[in-house]
Amino acid sequence: MVGCRGSDLFIPFGHHNRCTHLQIPLAGIGWEARRATVHFASVSSTTPLVELHGIAARIGATTILRDVDLTVGPGESIGLFGANGAGKTTLLRIVATLLRPSAGRGRVLGADLAGPDRYDIRHRIGLIGHVPGLYPELTLEENLAFAARAAGIDPAGVAASLKAVGLANAASRRAGESSHGMQRRVEFARELLFEPDLLLLDEPHTALDPAAVELVAHVVDEVRNRGGAAVVVSHDVGRVAPLVSTTAEIAGGTLR
Amino acid sequence: MSGRPSFWSQALAIARRDLERERRAGEVVWITIPFGAVALLLIPLAVGTNENLLRDIGSGMFWVVVLLFGVLTAVRRTSTETPAQRDAVALLGIDPAAEFTGKVMAGTVMLIGFELLVGAVAVALYDIDLSGWPWLLLVIPLAAGGLAELGTLSGSIATSLTAGPALIPFLVAPLAIPLLLGATQGAEAIRQGDGILSWMLLMAIVVLALAVAGVLTARPLQETR
Repeated sequence: MVGCRGSDLFIPFGHHNRCTHLQIPLAGIGWEARRATVHFASVSSTTPLVELHGIAARIGATTILRDVDLTVGPGESIGLFGANGAGKTTLLRIVATLLRPSAGRGRVLGADLAGPDRYDIRHRIGLIGHVPGLYPELTLEENLAFAARAAGIDPAGVAASLKAVGLANAASRRAGESSHGMQRRVEFARELLFEPDLLLLDEPHTALDPAAVELVAHVVDEVRNRGGAAVVVSHDVGRVAPLVSTTAEIAGGTLR
Repeated sequence: MSGRPSFWSQALAIARRDLERERRAGEVVWITIPFGAVALLLIPLAVGTNENLLRDIGSGMFWVVVLLFGVLTAVRRTSTETPAQRDAVALLGIDPAAEFTGKVMAGTVMLIGFELLVGAVAVALYDIDLSGWPWLLLVIPLAAGGLAELGTLSGSIATSLTAGPALIPFLVAPLAIPLLLGATQGAEAIRQGDGILSWMLLMAIVVLALAVAGVLTARPLQETR
């Protein structure tokens, strides 16, 4: 643990306790945060966090991806753009180790995509997909607390992470009674709590109000600043390009 | 800094989640139990109201209702999870075997509640002989555990295979038969004053076999979703 300076706030988050500088005088559930001042050990590696070579994905007779090469190093964020059906989500699920490629080889966080060690690094991957994966019967706070307990993270950080995404006043609201945007904020809160080494965002601005755009940037910066990496897929170049250090286009099932 | 949770911590987190979801949704309390009670109520209308006949078939009818509704409840709890929920759980790093165990733990608790409440209805309607009732302390949790395992396993298969839901009855039926036999014949043996141990052993073996099958297939089933 490190000592916090000035107005920095110590939050017992995830796998790395840290100090962060958040400005959270929220009106309603609005989000306002300065870029984090982060002081904690980084991932400290120069090995690429994602290395894909000749990756292909087929579903039945349909080829979704072919011959995809991708390398993402520590501290990098990459934006992958493409039209609907271009294969962006499929590629993200392969990187998340949730989908095995039909061909090619790759390593994510040092684990072979085809090997059993990929199970051991899953808790270090944060994925925010199209549809929130919350349980509608549970409150927003309970959803996060369940995830924290199951992952071995102190649930004491749940309240702080919800506050950080502007949901302090909605913590006791059931997910099923919350808007899509609020549910997505909860997923960003989860990533703040879990501090993944690899963050994967699928159309991150969907359902978020303009005030929350800063939230997306903040979470991506958090990951990069501690030596992690982010992969953001979207069809919205204008909103995602400022978040990332590198961009590429997915078209015809391959990266350009 | 927190460490990786143990198998049992993960299983308990899953069980707690499922029980909390059930407490809020009330699917077992407000849907399954009333339907089970109604099914028990309808049987006398079909077979007649001969008291001796009802007393004879009461125990068997109760266990058939428990089996059908119990397995359906457990299957539904697993097969209605959304892909996004399954992805989120996978990325928490939860051991699929711990997930299976946690679901079975929660399912067992729910099914014991179901058995007790519907059992009270069965006793009231069929005048079931409760002599030798202490054996029920063994039969009820064994049946609940076995059905929870069977339902959870079938639900996982249903979400993993395209034709999964259609296969469920064929998976459930043969595996449920030993549980049904153990529970009904055990009750009959008590009534006749015979030994019940062999029937309990049969149920225990099935529960153990399902537990082993569920734990061993948890990872492959998760990976084929």
